[in-house]
Amino acid sequence: MTTSTPPVTAAPITSGVQARATKLRKRLSNPWASLAAVVIAVLWTIPTVGLLVTSFRPEADITRNGWWNVVTSPRFTFANYEQALFGGQTSLANYFVNTLVVTLPSVVIPISLALLAAYAFAWIDFKGRDFLFVAVFALQIVPIQVTLIPLLTQYNQWGLSGSFWPVWLSHTMFALPLAIFLLHNFMKDIPPSLVEAARVDGAGHVKIFFRVLMPLLVPAIASFAIFQFLWVWNDLLVSLTFAGGRPNVAPLTVRIAEMVGTRGNDWFLLSAGAFISMIVPVIVFLSLQRYFVRGMMAGSVKG
Amino acid sequence: MDWEYVRYYVNWLTGEIRDFLLVANSPGQKIVLAVVVIALFVAVMALLLWLVDRPRNPRGWLVASVFAGPALLLIGFGLVYPAVRTTQSSFYDRTSTTFVGWDNYVRAFSESEFQIVLRNTALWVFLVPILATAIGLVYAVLVDRTKFEKLAKTLVFMPMAISMVGASIIWKFVYDYRQASSPQTGLLNQVLVWFHVEPQQFILSQPWNNLFLIVVMIWIQTGFAMTILSASIRAIPEDIIEAGRLDGLSGIGMFRHITVPSIRPALIVVLTTIAMATLKVFDIVRTMTGGNFGTSVVANEFYTQSFRYNDKGLGATLAVILFVLVIPLVVYNVRQMRKVEEIR
Repeated sequence: MTTSTPPVTAAPITSGVQARATKLRKRLSNPWASLAAVVIAVLWTIPTVGLLVTSFRPEADITRNGWWNVVTSPRFTFANYEQALFGGQTSLANYFVNTLVVTLPSVVIPISLALLAAYAFAWIDFKGRDFLFVAVFALQIVPIQVTLIPLLTQYNQWGLSGSFWPVWLSHTMFALPLAIFLLHNFMKDIPPSLVEAARVDGAGHVKIFFRVLMPLLVPAIASFAIFQFLWVWNDLLVSLTFAGGRPNVAPLTVRIAEMVGTRGNDWFLLSAGAFISMIVPVIVFLSLQRYFVRGMMAGSVKG
Repeated sequence: MDWEYVRYYVNWLTGEIRDFLLVANSPGQKIVLAVVVIALFVAVMALLLWLVDRPRNPRGWLVASVFAGPALLLIGFGLVYPAVRTTQSSFYDRTSTTFVGWDNYVRAFSESEFQIVLRNTALWVFLVPILATAIGLVYAVLVDRTKFEKLAKTLVFMPMAISMVGASIIWKFVYDYRQASSPQTGLLNQVLVWFHVEPQQFILSQPWNNLFLIVVMIWIQTGFAMTILSASIRAIPEDIIEAGRLDGLSGIGMFRHITVPSIRPALIVVLTTIAMATLKVFDIVRTMTGGNFGTSVVANEFYTQSFRYNDKGLGATLAVILFVLVIPLVVYNVRQMRKVEEIR
C-alpha cells in the first residue's frame, strides 16, 4: 500500500490486521500455548540432533554412553565420516556417485518429455487428445508396486540388468503422469492471446514452445524439478528392485538400508552414513524452500 | 573394399557403444555416462523437433506425435502394460504357470500371517493421517504470525526433505536398547531410566512396536499437514473472523467454531493425501524391522513375497490389493482438491 492511498480505505484493513495480530499475540501469551509449540518443535528436532551429534563423536564414546553426555565430555572427530565414506567395508563415496548418476538423468529426461507432452495436450489439436489426457491423469494413481515385477522381467530380457538403465527408465516412466498433468495445468494458465500472436507472426509449434512458453514456465519447472530430484534421491523401493545387490549401480539409500540390517550396532557408521545421504536434500531444502514447498504440495499424490 | 573388414569394424563399434552405455565402473566413467546420456537424449529430441518443424504447415498429428509420443509410449510400457500383467499374475501360482483363480486373494485375506499385515496396514492408515494432521494443525495455529514462525516451521518441515531411510535410522537410534545394567544410548530408554522405569525393547515387543514405527511416519508427515493448513488458515476471509469475534469467540472457541470449519476441505485433502502416502509406506518398515516381529504392512509384504520368497502370484495379489485400496482415497482426494481450488 503506497502513501498516496487515501487513509480512509487503508485504515480498516490495517486496523483489522493489527487487531488480528494482537488477538493472536494475546493467545500466544498464554503460557500453555507457547509451551505446546516449544514441545512440538523440540520433539521434531531432538531425534535428528541426537544422531548428528553422534556422527561426530569418537566410536568409543558412542558405545560407552548416550550422545547427551557431550555436554560433560565434549570430544568430536571426523573419523566416522572418513570411515563411512572411504573405508573399504562401506565406501559410501562410491554410492554417493551412484546416487548422483541415478538422479541427474532421472530428473532431466522426464521433465523434458513431460514438457513436450504437456504442450501437445495444451496447444496442439489432435484426435483423441482429451481421452489420452484423462488417461494420463488417471494413471497417476497406479502404485509403483504394481509395475515392478513385469518391468524387471522385461529389463532382464533386454540384457539391461546391472546397468543404470532400469533405474533411469523406471524413474522416468513413474514421473511422467504427474509431470505432464502439472505442467499442462501451468501451460493452460498462459493467456491464449500470447500463443495466437506468435502463431500470426508465423511461428511454428517448436518456436512457440521454446520462445513463448518456456520462459514463462521456469517457476513451474523448478518446483517439479526439485520434487522429482528429492523423490529420486530419497527413493528406496525403485532402486532396491532394479539395482539392489549391485554395488556398481546401487544408490546411497539402498546401501544404508542394507547397513542397518548387517551392521545395525555400528552407530558410528550408521550415523555418519545417514547424514551423508541427507546433506544434499537438506541443502536443497534450505536454499530453495519456496520452490520446495510448492513442489512437495504439487507432488503429494505421487507413487 | 573388403566387406569382412567393414563388418568387423561395425561389430566392434556397436560392441563398444553397448559396453559404454551398459558398463560403467569408475566414478569418472559413471559421471561421463550420465552426461552423455542426457546429451544424447537432448540431441535426439532436438533432431525430431527440427524435422517436424521444417514444412511450412506441418500436419497436426505428426507434430503431436513427436511432442507427446515419447512420453505416451513410456507410460504405456512402464505403467499400463505392467499393471495389466500384474493383475493377470495375481490369478496365477507362484511361478505364473498355473491358473489358480482367486486362491491368492483368499490366502491374503484368510491366513493369520497376512491378517496381521492387514491389521497393521489399517492401524497405519488410521493413525498416521489423524495424528499428523492434528499435530500439524495445532502447531500451525500456535506459531502463526509469531516472531519465530519461519524457524519454527522449518524445523517441523525438515523431515519431509530427508529420505525415509534416513528418518528410520534417526528413530532407530532414539529407540536403541541396552540392558538396564549398562548406560543407555537411546534417548527414549534414557528418559525411562530417569523416571526409574525398566528400559524397553521398543522395536521388538509386539504389538506395541507397530506404534513406534508409526511415530516415524507421523514425524515425517506433520510438516506437510502444517504447511498446507497454515496456508489455508491465512486464506480465511477477514469478515468471518470478525463475525466470530463479534460473537465473543476467542482462543479455543475461535479455533473450534471458525478456524476448523473454514478449512474443512483443506483438512480432508491433507488427511487423504497422507493416508495415500501411508498406505504405500515401505521404506520405514523395511529399514527398521524388515517386516519382522509382526510389523509388516501390505507394501512391505509385497516386496518380501515377490523378491525374497519369489512368490509372484501372491506378490502380485498384494500389489493389486494396494491399488484397489488407493482408488477410493484418490477419488475423494481429487474431489476435495477441486473444492479447495474453487475457494481460492
